Amino acid sequence: MNTPANSVDVDRDIGNFFYDLTPARDAGVGLSENTIDYIVDVKGEPEWLREFRKNAYHVFMSKPLPTHWAGDELKEIDFDVIRYYLASGESAKRSWEEVPEEIKQTFERLGIPESERKFLAGVEAQFDSEAVYSNIKRAVADQGVIFMGSTEALKERPDIFRKWFGKVIPTGDNKFSALNSAVFSGGSFIYVPPGVKVKHPLQAYFRINAENFGQFERTLIIADEGSEVMYMEGCTAPKFTTATLHSAVVELVALPGAKIQYITVQNWSPNVFNLVTKRGLALENAEIKWIDCNIGSRLTMKYPSVVLKGRKARGEVISIALAGDGQHQDTGAKMIHAADETTSNIVSKSISVGKGRATYRGLVHVPKHLKHCRNNTECDALLINSSSRTDTYPAITVRGTGNSTQHEASVSQISAEQIFYMQQRGLSEAQAMSLAVNGFVNDLVRQFPMEYSVELKRLIDLEMEGSVG
Amino acid sequence: MSSIVIKDLQVAIGDKEIIRGLNLEFGKGEMHAIMGPNGSGKSTLAKVMAGHPDYQVIGGDILLDGESILEWEPDVRARKGIFMAFQYPMEIPGVSNANFLRAALQARLPEGEELDATDFYHLLYQKMDLLDIRREFTARAVNEGFSGGEKKRNEILQMAILEPAFAVLDETDSGLDIDALKIVAKGVNTLRGPNVGILLITHYQRILNYIIPDFVHVMFDGRIVRSGGKELALELESKGYDWLKELDAEPVGAN
Repeated sequence: MNTPANSVDVDRDIGNFFYDLTPARDAGVGLSENTIDYIVDVKGEPEWLREFRKNAYHVFMSKPLPTHWAGDELKEIDFDVIRYYLASGESAKRSWEEVPEEIKQTFERLGIPESERKFLAGVEAQFDSEAVYSNIKRAVADQGVIFMGSTEALKERPDIFRKWFGKVIPTGDNKFSALNSAVFSGGSFIYVPPGVKVKHPLQAYFRINAENFGQFERTLIIADEGSEVMYMEGCTAPKFTTATLHSAVVELVALPGAKIQYITVQNWSPNVFNLVTKRGLALENAEIKWIDCNIGSRLTMKYPSVVLKGRKARGEVISIALAGDGQHQDTGAKMIHAADETTSNIVSKSISVGKGRATYRGLVHVPKHLKHCRNNTECDALLINSSSRTDTYPAITVRGTGNSTQHEASVSQISAEQIFYMQQRGLSEAQAMSLAVNGFVNDLVRQFPMEYSVELKRLIDLEMEGSVG
Repeated sequence: MSSIVIKDLQVAIGDKEIIRGLNLEFGKGEMHAIMGPNGSGKSTLAKVMAGHPDYQVIGGDILLDGESILEWEPDVRARKGIFMAFQYPMEIPGVSNANFLRAALQARLPEGEELDATDFYHLLYQKMDLLDIRREFTARAVNEGFSGGEKKRNEILQMAILEPAFAVLDETDSGLDIDALKIVAKGVNTLRGPNVGILLITHYQRILNYIIPDFVHVMFDGRIVRSGGKELALELESKGYDWLKELDAEPVGAN
């Protein structure tokens, strides 16, 4: 596979380096029951989990690739050459000083210590599928908040973990949730006690280092009654010439009156396949908001969902996608209404540049026995060049009386007149494009925490620079 | 004198020739008005000076202080001090007026130099006060949801902030009622001075009651056919544009 011609290389190079570490634990390439045994043995996992993983492996093998509706890019994945488990052999660290030097350097270059010093409550950094660094600041710990890697949580808090693990996203949901269930490693586990409002956003960071390595982190966040928490993840990976696979599963549980906000900025290198299943369960009066931005990767398939299970539950998905040459951002949302007076809101804005392709898939389901449910969807696409592509596949099923749904969609271009107007004020053509594109997504970018919105604007600027001419 | 000189200019769009040998010079400190009927090429002249890509210059030249501007991109011309107030200003959704002006000012600074935010807002509010524009305007998206009058006033505000050497106002009076016209005229008058040369393109004489020109030129069929002082506008007002057809077909140079 050719490395896709990326019109702008500058920002990708921030992630474009790796250290020649000999991983201490490596399950080898390809996937079989032996791989599962290796993972369970190396991690010292309980037998129930071995069963769980093996069952998932069989489900994965039995399901076909969803090529009847997904893009052709999926067929490029060669499952036999991927490494499904790789770790440096160390357990999670408490303080920065104890982390091995090479790994420290990777994260220092990518700014982790700095962001921790600022305002985050705790940082959990993952390096090649094990949580290397885990630190919970005293304020968060004192509130009774549990924030640890999924591996650790499995061992230390099996009571809470097993109660919800695999309940929001069952193994058989799709081929890739099955794959994740078989080989997951790393990811975060968060439990927020009743009534606790976590003041600072919790953050995790992911990185792929070895060639042909796939990341399968599994995140589970439980917000108990009346609690509030915000979680942020941003990721990057170095550039390689063969495909890398990232197939995460994120499960959120918002108990009555709780609020969870989950923010992602994805900027994987353009050779990564990013196939993620994200779903939240919102009980009575609870609220789940996904804020999702996809800028990198070769192919991203991700449809953050909310199951509105309790009365007056609210679900929201804010999605920004930027697809450049060689990229396909296949994103959207799913809102499943399962109680009266539930509301859902989806706002999606995509930008296709060069030969980039952006796809919106939105599922809204309101069954006929429900009353007073409301859904609103807005999806706007911006096409920059004549070869840019966008497709929209809304799947809206609303039945019953007293429910309402609204769907608005638009496709637009930056007009030559707008560019000329901005140039006449002294902005170069690239600056004008950049300003217009940032303007297009501005109301969504503003919903991200400030450090992300600054990074997003910069990433869009760089992408636009290459598109002009 | 620092000036823009237009020499024997010929402009076409596709196969159609619109400007057929136009000569004009306007310098800093001067206010020139161009009048003429629809189709005379007035707006085309403005757009060509700004560098609009739809038009081809097929003959002649446009010089800024002796240097030809024809090879320069629109943004280069802008940074060299040429400003055009658009007849139909564009909307730029999601981009606030403040951010737009900041970006425009920042673009004029040398590489690496940052525009100081406090200085910028000080300047912005000062100019807004001068033009009776309310503060909440800064956060609104450029021209989005603006009335005709508000758009034209926004053009003048931008001119006030960018302080061009040469400004071309393309039918700034079109679509305005008398009150809006007075406000825009007041704005333009406050910006007049020895450091800026202004070319005001207009269809109706009325604005020239509020903005008194130093020179008036009449454009007809792609050329300037008559030039004179401010009285020429009044003569045109009483005689109408039909009178121009009777004039000598030979192009008459300005000044």
